[in-house]
Amino acid sequence: MAALAPTTSWTSGAKDDYRVCGVTTLKVDMHTERLIIANAVMAVVCLALGGIAALLIALTRWQAIHLLDAAWFYRLLTLHGIDMLVAWVVFFEMAGLAFGSTVLLNARHAAPKLAWVGWGMMTVGGLLANIVVLLDPKNTVMFTAYVPLKATPLFYLSYILFAVGALIQVITFFINLVVAKREKRFEGSMPLVVFGLMSAAIIATFTLLEGAAAIVPAFFWSLGALESYDPGIYRNFFWGFGHPAQQVNLAAMVSVWYMLAQMTVGIRPVNEKFSRLAFILYLFFINLGSAHHLLVDPGLSFAWKAVNTSYAMYLAVLGSMMHAFSIPAAIEIAMRVKGHNKGLFGWLRNAPWNEPGFSGLVLSMIIFGWIGGVTGVTIGTEQINMLVHNTMRLPGHFHATVVGGTTLAFMAFTYYVIPLIFRKELKLKKWASWQPYVYAVGTALVSLGMITSGLQGVARRNWDITFAGVVPGTIDMTLAIFGIGALISVIGGIMYITVVLVSIFTGERKEAAGLLLVSGTNNPLLESTQLTEEQMESKQNQPRGTFVLVFAFLVWFAVYYLTNWWLLGRTWFIR
Amino acid sequence: MLAPEKIWWKPLGRMEKTWLTVALVWCIFLTVMMPLWYYMGKQNVPTETYRTTPTQFNEKVTAFVEQYKIGEDTINGITLPVVEAPAGSDVYIRASTWQWYPILQLRKGETYRLHLSSMDLGHGFSLQPVNINLQVVPDYDYVATIVPTATGEFTIVCNEFCSLGHHTMIGKIIVK
Repeated sequence: MAALAPTTSWTSGAKDDYRVCGVTTLKVDMHTERLIIANAVMAVVCLALGGIAALLIALTRWQAIHLLDAAWFYRLLTLHGIDMLVAWVVFFEMAGLAFGSTVLLNARHAAPKLAWVGWGMMTVGGLLANIVVLLDPKNTVMFTAYVPLKATPLFYLSYILFAVGALIQVITFFINLVVAKREKRFEGSMPLVVFGLMSAAIIATFTLLEGAAAIVPAFFWSLGALESYDPGIYRNFFWGFGHPAQQVNLAAMVSVWYMLAQMTVGIRPVNEKFSRLAFILYLFFINLGSAHHLLVDPGLSFAWKAVNTSYAMYLAVLGSMMHAFSIPAAIEIAMRVKGHNKGLFGWLRNAPWNEPGFSGLVLSMIIFGWIGGVTGVTIGTEQINMLVHNTMRLPGHFHATVVGGTTLAFMAFTYYVIPLIFRKELKLKKWASWQPYVYAVGTALVSLGMITSGLQGVARRNWDITFAGVVPGTIDMTLAIFGIGALISVIGGIMYITVVLVSIFTGERKEAAGLLLVSGTNNPLLESTQLTEEQMESKQNQPRGTFVLVFAFLVWFAVYYLTNWWLLGRTWFIR
Repeated sequence: MLAPEKIWWKPLGRMEKTWLTVALVWCIFLTVMMPLWYYMGKQNVPTETYRTTPTQFNEKVTAFVEQYKIGEDTINGITLPVVEAPAGSDVYIRASTWQWYPILQLRKGETYRLHLSSMDLGHGFSLQPVNINLQVVPDYDYVATIVPTATGEFTIVCNEFCSLGHHTMIGKIIVK
């Protein structure tokens, strides 16, 4: 067994406090290391549970197969939502927050005990949710559990435990930041990635508080202590939790994008001000997004809906469009500096496409932006939402953002966490190289199949749409596209979990030898510090290719958006 | 991932400025489209809402059906009244697990005030194949002023999960 790096102490007296990572030269707090491992393990467990449910419900909605009966379909759909949309991503984000608030600042974990309490509550809550949904048919209420659909008290309790646990871990993130600053572990401004994670943590704080506002009364209502609970109010508070929770994913995912780009290509942010401003826009405007789910609800005015759904003036969208430029631009500049300077896209041809961190990043950005982002803004338009609400276009949109975007980015990042944090040799590297492609193709098909089904009126969360008797025959085709995509996605998911499990259980425990997994022995992270101002600003290194790409994106955006207005104009008059 | 240099507040490059401006203009366009359509478009999300209770709403539906019933039809083996009210009047559809009640008959090109509410859980009013989708929430009487623009039989699908029989919740609107 190869020797592991020695540990040193932050203060005199104590032992085993931190180690210095030979690859990144960063200090890794040992408490943080264990917390990252614990959170990551729970994340993967939840992903596996949610993935099994995904396979079975997809094979049911694929009308030609129609596998499960109605009771099991709705039950597993409830489970799938909880495990994937909440548990998997939030556990992973907690690992990310622990990492960002200590390792990236060369700082110690200032409140490990508190963080473990949070992790424990999340674990109990997450597992409890799975158990009560599986064992008690009363808890088949979907992840949204819209009042007056009543679940058992244990169901709400599991949500509360999970959310409070998450809140506690988020609080330790802030504690770490304050202590690191006070102990002068870093100088000047914090790194951009930590800044991005901090915006995710701030969004997470009010998200979880709103979750409490929705779920705590529901808990008492289901106990019988509260006689009635206004369903409109519940929907408002629930989405104050449910939607911003996805924006936590967004901010965390963008932070991971910056990390992957720096680790695989050695980027330097083109302009720190530009990127930080984009995160600030998320902070200020993203909280309005709960309106997206209430656009065709009774009781709300046009003005309220229009202001909220557009994030005041699409300013959070602006933030994403800024990142959509700044990340590929940084990659392009870094590649051009390395000499890949031919034509508009020579830098792309020469990029490390076999490196999972790079392919995962690019595919995640494409699916998130070109499918998820464009459809999201479109269906979040007040009037257009009437064509879309609760049809399959909805899950079509968020499978592109949360699965093709966030999940894919997190998966790609995991491959680096295993050697660097778990300190296990990554096994099955070929599988890891292919996995992002398989998963991306599958998820893109899932999304497109859902969107095209929804365009034909197919309802989401519906065991058998043929009862309606009116749906056109072409839905057999679009639902089959969705089903085949789901199978491919599940294969990608199995590849991911296999690589992770095989590496953890059979990989040799040793210090990582290099940063890149398959595409070279160089260290892009350290190279990125060598990029000079002159290189970044020289005329021949300017991101011309990216400039063309973002305008192509805008054209596609406009075409899709305007087509939807045209579709709306063809339907019944309504006011 | 690494700490930035001491002073990172620097002017934006030419391409960043251009993209930021173009993106901002696009965002403003997206924003303006909604009020523009609100004043000029023919398809807008209804906002008229009244507080109600299941009992109150049910009384109105029953009176409405008694007054204007013209026949009967079956959906999924259950017989439902077919109701036709004069153009311009208030018409009602009641959602409950798992039924849309009654079957409405409307005239093409005429205006109706369609009241929607639920007796129990939340339901989703999804009119197919025109694909108009509205949320139906108990205790809220949601009024949509509609003008059918085509004749034929239209199906109402429930697209908000309302427990196990959800997918069997089918209704009908006939437009003559």
